Amino acid sequence: MTRLADLFGQKLEVVNLGLESFARTLRQVGAPTVHVDWTPPLDVAPDARRVIQANSERIAAANAEALARILAGMPQLVGMGRARDVIPGMSEDTLLHAGPPISWERMCGPMRGAVIGALLYEGRSRTPQEAERLAASGAIHYAPCHEHAAVGPMAGVISPSMPVFVVKNAEFGNLAFATLNEGLGKVLRYGAFGEDVVRRLHWMADVLYPVLDRALARLGAMDLKNLIAQALHMGDEVHNRNRAATSLFVRLVAPAIARTSSGEDAGSVLEFIHSNDHFFLNLSMAASKATLDAARGIAGSSVAVVMARNGTDFGVQLAGTGDAWFTGPAEVPDALYFPGFSKADANPDIGDSAITETNGLGGFAIAASPAIVQFVGGGPADAIRYTTQMYEIAAGENQTYQIPALNFRGTPTGIDVVKVVEKAVLPFIDTGVAHKEPGIGQVGAGVLNAPSQPFVRAYEGLARVLQANGGLASSGAVS
Amino acid sequence: MLVASPGVLAGQVKKGAYFDSVTLMTIGRHVQSLAGVMDAAIVMGTAENRAILEASGLLLPEFGQTRETDLLIALKLADASRAEPVLTEIEQQFQLARSRKDQGSQARPRSLDGAIEALPGANLALISVAGRFAADEARRALERGLHVMLFSDNVPIDQEIALKRLAADRGLLVMGPDCGTAIVNGVPLGFANVVPRGSIGVVAAAGTGLQEVATLIAQGGGGISQALGTGGRDIKAKVGGTSFAMALEALANDPATAVILLIAKPPDPPVAERISAIVQGVRKPVVTLFLGDRKGAEAGPATLEEAARAALALWRGEDPAATQDDLKRRDRDQLAAAERAAARLPASRRYLRGLFSGGTFCAEAQVILAGDAIAAGRGFPRLAPLFSNAPTQVTARLDSALVSQAHTVVDLGEDEFTQGRPHPMIDYDLRLRRLAAEAADPEVAVVLLDVVLGYGSHEDPASELAPAIAAVQDRIVVVCSVTGTEADPQSRSRTVRQLEAAGALVAPSNAAACHLAGWIARLQEDRP
Repeated sequence: MTRLADLFGQKLEVVNLGLESFARTLRQVGAPTVHVDWTPPLDVAPDARRVIQANSERIAAANAEALARILAGMPQLVGMGRARDVIPGMSEDTLLHAGPPISWERMCGPMRGAVIGALLYEGRSRTPQEAERLAASGAIHYAPCHEHAAVGPMAGVISPSMPVFVVKNAEFGNLAFATLNEGLGKVLRYGAFGEDVVRRLHWMADVLYPVLDRALARLGAMDLKNLIAQALHMGDEVHNRNRAATSLFVRLVAPAIARTSSGEDAGSVLEFIHSNDHFFLNLSMAASKATLDAARGIAGSSVAVVMARNGTDFGVQLAGTGDAWFTGPAEVPDALYFPGFSKADANPDIGDSAITETNGLGGFAIAASPAIVQFVGGGPADAIRYTTQMYEIAAGENQTYQIPALNFRGTPTGIDVVKVVEKAVLPFIDTGVAHKEPGIGQVGAGVLNAPSQPFVRAYEGLARVLQANGGLASSGAVS
Repeated sequence: MLVASPGVLAGQVKKGAYFDSVTLMTIGRHVQSLAGVMDAAIVMGTAENRAILEASGLLLPEFGQTRETDLLIALKLADASRAEPVLTEIEQQFQLARSRKDQGSQARPRSLDGAIEALPGANLALISVAGRFAADEARRALERGLHVMLFSDNVPIDQEIALKRLAADRGLLVMGPDCGTAIVNGVPLGFANVVPRGSIGVVAAAGTGLQEVATLIAQGGGGISQALGTGGRDIKAKVGGTSFAMALEALANDPATAVILLIAKPPDPPVAERISAIVQGVRKPVVTLFLGDRKGAEAGPATLEEAARAALALWRGEDPAATQDDLKRRDRDQLAAAERAAARLPASRRYLRGLFSGGTFCAEAQVILAGDAIAAGRGFPRLAPLFSNAPTQVTARLDSALVSQAHTVVDLGEDEFTQGRPHPMIDYDLRLRRLAAEAADPEVAVVLLDVVLGYGSHEDPASELAPAIAAVQDRIVVVCSVTGTEADPQSRSRTVRQLEAAGALVAPSNAAACHLAGWIARLQEDRP
């Protein structure tokens, strides 16, 4: 007996793709119906499409493995150190930056500003002009943070003497690194390089770093996964809102700071963290990085392990395509701008912070964050709609990170590029917006959908790897 | 930052009026778009915000000492007279923000996966996306265990074959591609009429044919258990009748189906054999109409109407042959009506022009007007030569689909008419213009129109047709068939009344309309 015979005994329930009038008819006659807000898939090379479709089972198995590794990740804050001492491959002439690889010539304003600021901070130059000459001289080696197990928000510049957090994925043993968040206003990550910026960086290295380092050493490993899960229940999505997570962090470290530092230093450090709702952002990014790096090098997997922007290009890396970057132009976010600024002032999207979305947080978890959902131009229901839509392109759901408003459903986790292409649903990213000129800082905040080109290229890149190696991806860098 | 520019500053402090910063930015953005507003800032009075205002030249002296719980409104206006209306608008925006309700925006799934998540019991996908994407969506639906109705056309035949193979492996039905109509478990899909549930099951490789028999069965007091479409290409040898055979077998095993009715244009021989072999094993009455092919079925029906009547008779336990007596009586009445209609036409008007929206109806017209389909002694008027843009073996191809020649039947649902415009069942514009053109041809005696009601079709075709018919009825005869039921949204009887009031002759079926119109043309041709 075929299933058609069974159908005759069931209530007809219809998925409608295409003409919406058919769905209206079905509703009129009382048949349960869901209409699909259908759009054509992203345009990819027909050959790539064939290869991907022919390998669909293999890809599904690889993605299951990638998802399993992501879900098993146990990011813990295990300590701090100077970038040169702890980040692999960090030479004295190296500056790490956000996003995919980029030359000085192609860097956007805020990225150049951050490079200048970092060279001033490192004492490599005495004036901005001198720093600019050095930056353009070829003597500086620029490399993506992501290629050194690190992440940085906005310009994301990491120079050798900067203190960094060290986050360990306790399940797989790999490490991830991130700088300490400088706060709001004129800061290096938005391309500011004035004296006050450099002075703050020195204070962070000279006071903040040792105070926190001693406190963390006393505390032992801090379970970031647990902390993030709590913060999601408290209204954060740990990309654009980190107020709850920062508060939880303060609660954990304050006693240890009090016990390990002088009253004056302890007070100034706690004030600094308290004054910056985004202090935890860098930890949420490092936790996401540590989690996702463990899913690198899984042959055939179409799950993204990196989404990152350098203010010029938007880059994607996949679990199944080794170290290859797939890029396209970064777009200017549609944001709410601070008084006195408009979209004309905005720099294209920038920063490694989209690692949070890659890990099922940030824009993917925006339904957990009613306090910031108005950035999407609507109410909480819109935020739920955005998160719900991200399940369409997710490899699975998180077991730890949950969204109260969705009945504690796990966040959509692991961006499957094949689904992105086939459904033409692009990842949804929360973001801050930098002024396009260096040194001015943040001009707004908002949300945007990732551009399609990097995902089309990633899809085609995976097809090439599958075809060339009979389905075996060259092994990527597994930390 | 802003350079000092001319303009008038205005502002307000609202003590203790708290709004979150995003609401304030949203309102601020709205205010900046208002006429006469050069710049605006609506912020809480924190030290940082005061600094921003100062830098923007918007820190008004009247703000004085403010606290972070105070709301500051600063405006730079082209003209001081704008201050009051803009501040009023801002106040309204605040009230709107306070009253803003959860908009309850339901998640709209973006894909089949998302839809199945929202509707876990889904068992059928109705797909009408553009043809080149349709097969991929159908494949996904089958992989998720859903039956598929593929309304889309322009799906390559290789993809159709692959889909039907996949479906057959999983016991799933693919109706289509290019399947316009079906009724499954009483639910109308695509273009479909409202018919009662009953025990006559239909399998059709001909869309409007399915609508015609279903509505005639309903009008005759019967009902439909299932009406399954297969798409016209299913009965080609390459596709092999996969869906047709599966649907037929399912109806054969369906306890709710007492009589089976099969409707198709003549299948390729191996498919006809396959269907015939299955029919022989079915233990319930099966009526088969391969429109235009009477081989081996001389005693069976020749038209959709005869097929529907045969199915009804078998359902009632009567002899199908007996229903032919009714039809012969009606034929005599129609001949008399044709004589009356022809009597008011000049002898120079002698041609028939059929303007069809249903492809099956156009094919049936050819069978009736030029074929040798003589059923049980009924005499059909023969018109020759008969031209069509969708010719069968008995007709000649029109030089141009746009220009009629002698006796002509046109299928306006063919690609040459539908590219870039809606189907003629929805958009009557083309038919109305063609009707006027045919009436202006001094050799045209009668225009034949099919009017298809039901879901998906034009919501009130009579409103379009009646004035156009009224405008030509003094020169030519307009004969219509109306495919539909009383329960259809357009109501068959209301549509018929309006068409008759405009001067049209309305026949009870497409076959009857062809018969009536054919006789009018035949009588005119035979005049001395």
